[in-house]
Amino acid sequence: MSIDTIVFLILAAASIISAILVITRRSPIISVVYLVFNFIILAIIYLTLHAQFIAVIQVIVYAGAIMVLFLFVVMLLNFAKEEMLTEKVTYKKRIAIGLAVVMSVQIIIGISTSFGEHPNQLSPVATQIGTVEHIGKVLFTQYLLPFEITSILLLAAIIGAVVLAKKRIG
Amino acid sequence: MIPLNYYLALSAILFSIGVVGVLARRNAIIVFMSIELMLNSVNLTLVAFSAYLGNATGQIFVFFVLTVAAAEAAVGLAIIIALFRNKMTVNIDEINIMKW
Amino acid sequence: MVMQEYIGFVVLFPFIGFLINGLLGSKIKSEKIIGSIGSGVIGIGFAIAVVIFFQMLASPVENRSHIIEIFNWINVGSISINVAYQVDQLSIIMTLVVTGIGFLIHVYAIGYMHGDKGYWRFFAYLNLFIFMMLNLVLADNFLLMFLGWEGVGLCSYLLIGFWYDKKFEKGTTNDAAMKAFVVNRVGDFGFLIAMFLIFITFGSLNYETVFGRAAVFSVGDATIFWIALLLFVGATGKSAQIPLYVWLPDAMAGPTPVSALIHAATMVTAGVYMVARASVFFALSPSVMLIVAIIGALTAILAASIGLVQNGIKKVLAYSTISQLGYMFLALGVGAFATGLFHVVTHAFFKALLFLGAGSVIHALHNEEDIQKMGGLKSKMPTTYKTFVIAALAISGIPPLSGFFSKDEILWKVFDAGYWPLWILAAGGAALTAFYMFRLTILTFEGSPRWDKDKHPHEAPEVMTVPLIILAVLSVVGGFIGIPAALGGGNAIEHFLDPIFERSNSILALGHHDVVPTEYILMLLSVVIAVVGILFARHIYLNRKDIAEKLSEKYSGIHNLLWNKYFVDEIYDATILTPTVKASDKLLWKFFDIGIIDGAVNGTAKLINIFSSYTRRMQAGFTQSYATYFVAGIIIILAILIIR
Repeated sequence: MSIDTIVFLILAAASIISAILVITRRSPIISVVYLVFNFIILAIIYLTLHAQFIAVIQVIVYAGAIMVLFLFVVMLLNFAKEEMLTEKVTYKKRIAIGLAVVMSVQIIIGISTSFGEHPNQLSPVATQIGTVEHIGKVLFTQYLLPFEITSILLLAAIIGAVVLAKKRIG
Repeated sequence: MIPLNYYLALSAILFSIGVVGVLARRNAIIVFMSIELMLNSVNLTLVAFSAYLGNATGQIFVFFVLTVAAAEAAVGLAIIIALFRNKMTVNIDEINIMKW
Repeated sequence: MVMQEYIGFVVLFPFIGFLINGLLGSKIKSEKIIGSIGSGVIGIGFAIAVVIFFQMLASPVENRSHIIEIFNWINVGSISINVAYQVDQLSIIMTLVVTGIGFLIHVYAIGYMHGDKGYWRFFAYLNLFIFMMLNLVLADNFLLMFLGWEGVGLCSYLLIGFWYDKKFEKGTTNDAAMKAFVVNRVGDFGFLIAMFLIFITFGSLNYETVFGRAAVFSVGDATIFWIALLLFVGATGKSAQIPLYVWLPDAMAGPTPVSALIHAATMVTAGVYMVARASVFFALSPSVMLIVAIIGALTAILAASIGLVQNGIKKVLAYSTISQLGYMFLALGVGAFATGLFHVVTHAFFKALLFLGAGSVIHALHNEEDIQKMGGLKSKMPTTYKTFVIAALAISGIPPLSGFFSKDEILWKVFDAGYWPLWILAAGGAALTAFYMFRLTILTFEGSPRWDKDKHPHEAPEVMTVPLIILAVLSVVGGFIGIPAALGGGNAIEHFLDPIFERSNSILALGHHDVVPTEYILMLLSVVIAVVGILFARHIYLNRKDIAEKLSEKYSGIHNLLWNKYFVDEIYDATILTPTVKASDKLLWKFFDIGIIDGAVNGTAKLINIFSSYTRRMQAGFTQSYATYFVAGIIIILAILIIR
């Protein structure tokens, strides 16, 4: 049991627990907080994979921007406390849990029995490809077009959000 | 070293938890958050592959997924606000107009 | 000018008359015009037929049969049926009878139906009837004959129920009309099956083709047996023999000209014609011939016995018709085809006369039909009386009137063929015929008047008496076309019809005998029987009515039986009608129609309803349920991928 494995197991357990807590809490604000926590755990996992850029971006964009947006909306809409997932387990919830379990089992089986061996170790160049420098280089040369298109996508999203949420006059 | 399969298994579990959230909760915001959870699990898969195969493409993909997720979250929340204004509820059980 | 080609007009003109009177009749206000059109078209047909007849007589025997094609009717696969008319000796005789007697009755009806609100309808239907009847007798194939067969049945229905709002016995005239139609239908079913058999066996429905091919079959062949038997079933329906005669007495609900034309002279003889035309089949089936003869004889005496005690003037005549038709079938059954047709012709004369005379009486007494309320009309209606007596003498078989020759010929042929039990029945029937006929005459015309004092009977107008006189003349001289060799004649009609029955006669191996003394003895015997019957009737009903009453009391059981027509109608009702109606109601209607058929249709709809109410829930508009189906689908796909 090397240190890597222990670290990984701790991080994995934390993310799973926080994910379950996200979907089972009664109050939306608590769910938001746990989701932020889950994202930060994920960022740490990315760091163990030497994906520095992604880890930082995850914290800044996801945990910092998107979840703040969620929080704003939650507080704006001012919900009443809602039932938890575990209360009044109706057949809908049972079906959902059942289906999800089946699906996860299937995926895991699929992964383990799939063709070709998966590498057991980090690739030797892992430390180099995760740097900001490398990502930036690849992004602005090889994937320039998708990059530019993404900016248009963001523009569309901004306009859409503004239009949809605007208060109609009259 | 940790085999790749572990990361993939973690991702699968997170994905499934996200699915449960989407199918079983009534509050639209929680459903949205579950969707974010699912997207993140996919991100984890991509980064894991990228690290183990030595290819930066995975991480570039994650970059774009992040961007799109942000855009989608913004627009989706705007829709929810508009919906709330009209129906005074975000309980998706009561929003059943998407039918024939 | 070869007149046969104009045979089409003989048939067409009555149809034109039907169209004119039918479509425009309600607009034409003059009865004279309607009547003239109605009678005129028949008259023209008769004239043409007469010319054809004389041309036929003038041409050699081999040349006497022609087929005139009008148009091609059905042409499907191997079936090709034309509307074509076969003008030969048999059909020309029938045509002459139909158009000739038809014309006289049309003229009579101009007077009889005077003032009726359906005047134009009457003549339209009568013309249609003549059209159909001509198609029947002139057809050159079984299908066209069947068309005419059904057509006359239809016209019979229309005309029996002509006064559709009139009460009749226990119901309305419509009940009588329906009865006629339905009973006919039973017979028609037999005819239809026979036609199918004919087509299967011979591949064609043309007389020439079928009879030519039939001649090579052996006697007693099973298929021919069934064909003949089923054809005879059809004949019993149309010609009112046992067991399908029950409609004819009820058919008297119609106006008297209808009874005279359809139910005495023409339609009811269609069965006789059909058997005669298809004589080859019968000659090839001795068992069926025997059946025909037996039924003919039984019907003859049965109907005569019922006629003895009836009190409706038309009822007596109806049973008399059934009885006389029995004689015709008896003749056919023993192989005397030409004789049967001879009796058709003479019977048409005197029976039509009897009915028209009865109509004259009914008309004079303002629709009184009960002979117990008649009497003493001799002086009031001399022409009617005289012609009626002539007809009564003819039907009783008194020489030298026509009925003597034809009926006597039948009796002789029956005896000569060896069927003396049937001869006894026939002779008995003849005795009864004479008796009841004169009972009718005396009670109607002679004795003291028993009618209401406010009725003023008077002689009928000329338009009605002239046909009576003409028919009386025919009844007297009509027999001379068939004077048998025994009395020095050449039996013209039998020789005339010989070529028609050549095949059948050769199969039956009947020969023309020399004259034997037995024939004279029997002739004398039948005359004596008739005379005795007449005198007996005169004695009772003129002088000693009390004998009649005493007899009916003493034999009240038999009297009751006869008066109730042997309860045949009631028996049919109980055994056939009521069970059929009940079965249709309970079993077929409630069980099959409502339960099974409706149930299947409605049940399918219900099933789909139930099914759709389940599948409807899949699209309730809840996004989460859609997502659930997504995931379920993903699981299935993953499963497939894993299994691969």
